[in-house]
Amino acid sequence: MPFQFKKRSVLPGFGLTFGYTIFYLSLIVLIPIGALFLKSSTLSWPEFWATVTAPRVLASYRITFFASFVAAFFNLFAGLLIAWVLARYEFKGKSILDALVDLPFALPTAVAGIALTTVFSVNGWLGKPLNAIGIHVSYTPIGIIVAMIFISLPFMVRTVQPVLEDLEKELEEASATMGATRWQTFRRVILPVLTPSLFTGFALGFARALGEYGSIVFIAGNMPMKTEITPLLIITKLEQYQYAEATAIAAVTLVISFILLLFINWIQWHNRRKYSL
Amino acid sequence: MSASKTFISPPAAPEVALQTPRAHMRDAVGEPAWVRYLLITLAILVISAILLVPLAAVFHQAFAKGISGYIEAISQPDTLSAIKLTLMACAIAVPFNVVFGVAAAWCIAKFDFVGKNFLITLIDIPFSVSPVIAGLVFVLLFGRMGYFGEFLSNHDWQIVFAVPGIVLATIFVTFPFVARELIPVMQAQGTEEEEASISLGAGGWNTFWRITLPNIKWGLLYGVVLCNARAMGEFGAVSVVSGHIRGETNTLPLHVEILYNEYDFTGAFAVASLLAFLAVITLIVKKILERGVRAEIKAAENLVPEQGAIHS
Repeated sequence: MPFQFKKRSVLPGFGLTFGYTIFYLSLIVLIPIGALFLKSSTLSWPEFWATVTAPRVLASYRITFFASFVAAFFNLFAGLLIAWVLARYEFKGKSILDALVDLPFALPTAVAGIALTTVFSVNGWLGKPLNAIGIHVSYTPIGIIVAMIFISLPFMVRTVQPVLEDLEKELEEASATMGATRWQTFRRVILPVLTPSLFTGFALGFARALGEYGSIVFIAGNMPMKTEITPLLIITKLEQYQYAEATAIAAVTLVISFILLLFINWIQWHNRRKYSL
Repeated sequence: MSASKTFISPPAAPEVALQTPRAHMRDAVGEPAWVRYLLITLAILVISAILLVPLAAVFHQAFAKGISGYIEAISQPDTLSAIKLTLMACAIAVPFNVVFGVAAAWCIAKFDFVGKNFLITLIDIPFSVSPVIAGLVFVLLFGRMGYFGEFLSNHDWQIVFAVPGIVLATIFVTFPFVARELIPVMQAQGTEEEEASISLGAGGWNTFWRITLPNIKWGLLYGVVLCNARAMGEFGAVSVVSGHIRGETNTLPLHVEILYNEYDFTGAFAVASLLAFLAVITLIVKKILERGVRAEIKAAENLVPEQGAIHS
């Protein structure tokens, strides 16, 4: 069979819409991102390496990755709990709770940032009791984690919830008929089906937290080497007109994001192949 | 004993007989009541602590100096110009991404071609790029030191640290929203209705306006609402390209930051409450639209057996 780019179709408009999609995608996304990699290649390799492995930069990676990981890990449990309750139980106010889950998608990050800072400040609604038991949130790495939990929670819930809703009750009934306890059924029947979506939710939330800026800068304190996240460091370099350095750090961050994006797509593709046929 | 009882009062028997297996089934695939209540309570606690309390704090702080303080804070000229700029950026960015979203969804959902999944991945890129980097790329292109910097300054055009940069950054971060909502809806709907319309002699545009658009209207609206919410609230990307000129290149979220950093907390939270109010409206509208989107996909799925019947 000869190579065919597109299957035949009686519908018109492929050329126009495909052409426009590629044109607009290139103009807004691909060319600007290409410019970033081009700019970072103006540094020689030793310069590039020295820039992206400077102690302050490494410290920013460390805190950003660590906090994103802890936040995604927390959301693994919190998100599963919320998804489970929303998918399985009926109770008063459920639809309000369900709508609230999307708040971090709808609330501007700057608003979330100042709100979390106020709530978790020494005299804040939650900061005061936490402070009393010795947990200081604002201006510490915990503050960064709290902001990241806030912005990445919906990713976990919204990835797991539809899978739970579509789960066939028959499987669980069969498991129960064969004498499994409810907990065994959850561990051996439900959890394996949920695992790909838990991975996806984890990766989506982790990726989002890595790049997050707005909600974190208010609560983090932004001390170099301690509570300075990578996106903030990029802005700091930019404000000091160190374009090449800002670009090099951005390029590293971008490559990591792309790897995560490919990983997420791979899980979803793998999962579709496994369960759809 | 029980047999004689059944005999004495026949109506009770079927009731008991029906109830027992049902009660048993519920035990098998559900949790005991105390587990249910514990999980529901925990979920409500988590959502309250992480999501509801910060939202409530915004409104609480905004009205800390009473209604008059609130009105005074949001009627400052700088606030009003920030509102104007935010609305303008949205009014440009959202339509651009709607046109793109419809075009992309049409070619991806209605045709089969090589590299389709790769194209979908490329469209998703802005979601995985840090907003700060989204701003940075436009500074690298159009800033004074950027690739087109000299060309722009020779013509006295300014993109970065001016309104066009803000619009560009907003378009970048909201790029995938409409396409992403439309692609699954249009894929579920397939191409049969459009093919029928074309084979009956309707033109492409006619088919799109009369057949496709009515089928996808909820999905489209849903995408627009999400796109708009993000466009109004974008902070990181816009912050990098704006230059923070008060009254000129300050959007609402940036204005919140400026007021907050000047220790004008009431002002910052008053402006923030406008955005929070908008977020709440977005959530409500989203919830309503979700029903419409589900109905669109369901209607498409109901078509499938009919199609199968025709083909066989």
